[in-house]
Amino acid sequence: MIEGIFVEGLIYGIMVLGVFITFRILDFPDLTVDGSFPMGAAIMAVFIINGVSPWIALVLAFIGGYAAGCVTAIIHNKLKVPNLLAGILTMTMLYSINIRILQNRANLPLVKAETMLTKVSSLTEGFLPQSAAVLLFFVLVVVLFIIALNFFFHTDMGLTLGAMGNNEQMVICQGVNPKVMKLIGVGLSNGLVAVSGAFAAQYQGFADVNLGQGIVVAGLASVMIGEFLLRSNKIVLLLSRVVLGSILFRGIMYLGRFYGYYINLTPNDLKLITGLLIVLSLAVTQIKKRKRNRQAAS
Amino acid sequence: MIELKNITKIFNEGTVNENTALRDVSLKIERGDFVTIIGSNGAGKTTLFNIITGNQSPTFGKVYKDDKDVTKDPEYRRAGYIGRIFQNPLLGTASNMTLEDNMMIIYKKGFKGLSISLNNKMREYFRKELVQLDMNLENRLKDNVGLLSGGQRQALTLLMMVISQPDLVLLDEHTAALDPKNAQIVLDLTTRFVREYKLTTLMITHNMSHAIKYGNRLLMMDNGEIIFDVSGRKKEELTVDKLVEKFHEIRKKEFETDEVRLSE
Repeated sequence: MIEGIFVEGLIYGIMVLGVFITFRILDFPDLTVDGSFPMGAAIMAVFIINGVSPWIALVLAFIGGYAAGCVTAIIHNKLKVPNLLAGILTMTMLYSINIRILQNRANLPLVKAETMLTKVSSLTEGFLPQSAAVLLFFVLVVVLFIIALNFFFHTDMGLTLGAMGNNEQMVICQGVNPKVMKLIGVGLSNGLVAVSGAFAAQYQGFADVNLGQGIVVAGLASVMIGEFLLRSNKIVLLLSRVVLGSILFRGIMYLGRFYGYYINLTPNDLKLITGLLIVLSLAVTQIKKRKRNRQAAS
Repeated sequence: MIELKNITKIFNEGTVNENTALRDVSLKIERGDFVTIIGSNGAGKTTLFNIITGNQSPTFGKVYKDDKDVTKDPEYRRAGYIGRIFQNPLLGTASNMTLEDNMMIIYKKGFKGLSISLNNKMREYFRKELVQLDMNLENRLKDNVGLLSGGQRQALTLLMMVISQPDLVLLDEHTAALDPKNAQIVLDLTTRFVREYKLTTLMITHNMSHAIKYGNRLLMMDNGEIIFDVSGRKKEELTVDKLVEKFHEIRKKEFETDEVRLSE
């Protein structure tokens, strides 16, 4: 079971990377995530059911998510809609679109389809147990994503994106259009979220339009948990921290599911626990800040 | 270089809060000018800068850059040739990023691509430039800018702005939020850079003696108008007393807010 927690943490970790980019780096609280996650799952499911290579399906899922993010950014940029509302609009529209992608179904099982995971299992059959092979595969995938993102945030464009959430005026003063930066950032974020959804569909063996419900809150909780783990100004550590937070979050959820019933918790209470986790993180951050201010004042 | 033609800016037009910030202002800045601007609060100095940078668009009138109409150009596009420094030192740099990252972002104007420009050669260059500031920042490239003092941040912003070689520099009371010692350091750096790089500069200040001491042209603003424009020889002969007298002459009212009195 412990591998299960790690695998889930890694799969959802890619989604949390996306949430981290919007919430923390861009300071653009983006709720599109709740729609782009099942979108990635739906795109992956539909393509592999129809015999397309899962690798091509993964790229298409990324593109789909990127487009969804761009829709949010464009609604925000062009119509001057607050970013939260723009995200909610896209998320709501995506619900219908996702059902369309699944060819007018609410879910699609992948029982006999060939996924990346079945490929990995058959490749390593004989010298690695299946669960270990899957875990290894996802560790590799996440490491690759962190390396790629680390590279991106070291480029001139990535650095400028990093300044966006902190100081938009500075970005404007460099002759960079902040709207374009939002388009790039929110798009990239949702692309990652969709990729995460695509992996989740393969791991769980089905795609469902309700897969994304509350995903953004789970992502935010993971980001916040990660922030308790370590402090740094190096982007590679910030990205790794996000994935660690995601694994820890899945661990907490696992404990909630399996030991919760001793105190009368059911799986239905997990959303409440997630929310309370965020409230708790915010409270601790506030207390820490107050303490630091008091120290600075005295 | 930059020309404003009959600029009028009205805020909240048609409401009870209607407020005219600029009244039919025309102004021509020549290449190489170092213009100081004084005026009490609400005189329209910052609005003037906002119109030049495109942060706000004028209600009436046009803005020209080298005889080209740029009135409709958005702020980020005009930022390609304008370097602006704000009163708030936090606005020039990103606190949660390192010194070298900040410097890399400010180093070159315009759209940023996917190449990695920050390498050891660049770091060496940044270090060499930072030595000029004499603030020991050359050894702190990996520190977050949030750890620097306001004066250090403003000096850093100034240095990077100069390196990016803008055609026009706008300084909006950029030393007002600093303590006297740091304010003097930043001001000295400013005048040195303006001279060395022959920057066309507009500087808003609350300090009359600074306005007289620095630059080759002085503008006095009041109530949305440029009421006094002096340059060259005449400016060199100015004193604070003469300037106050001049204001009385033009406006026939007291030009003595506490601010002005305190900053003399």
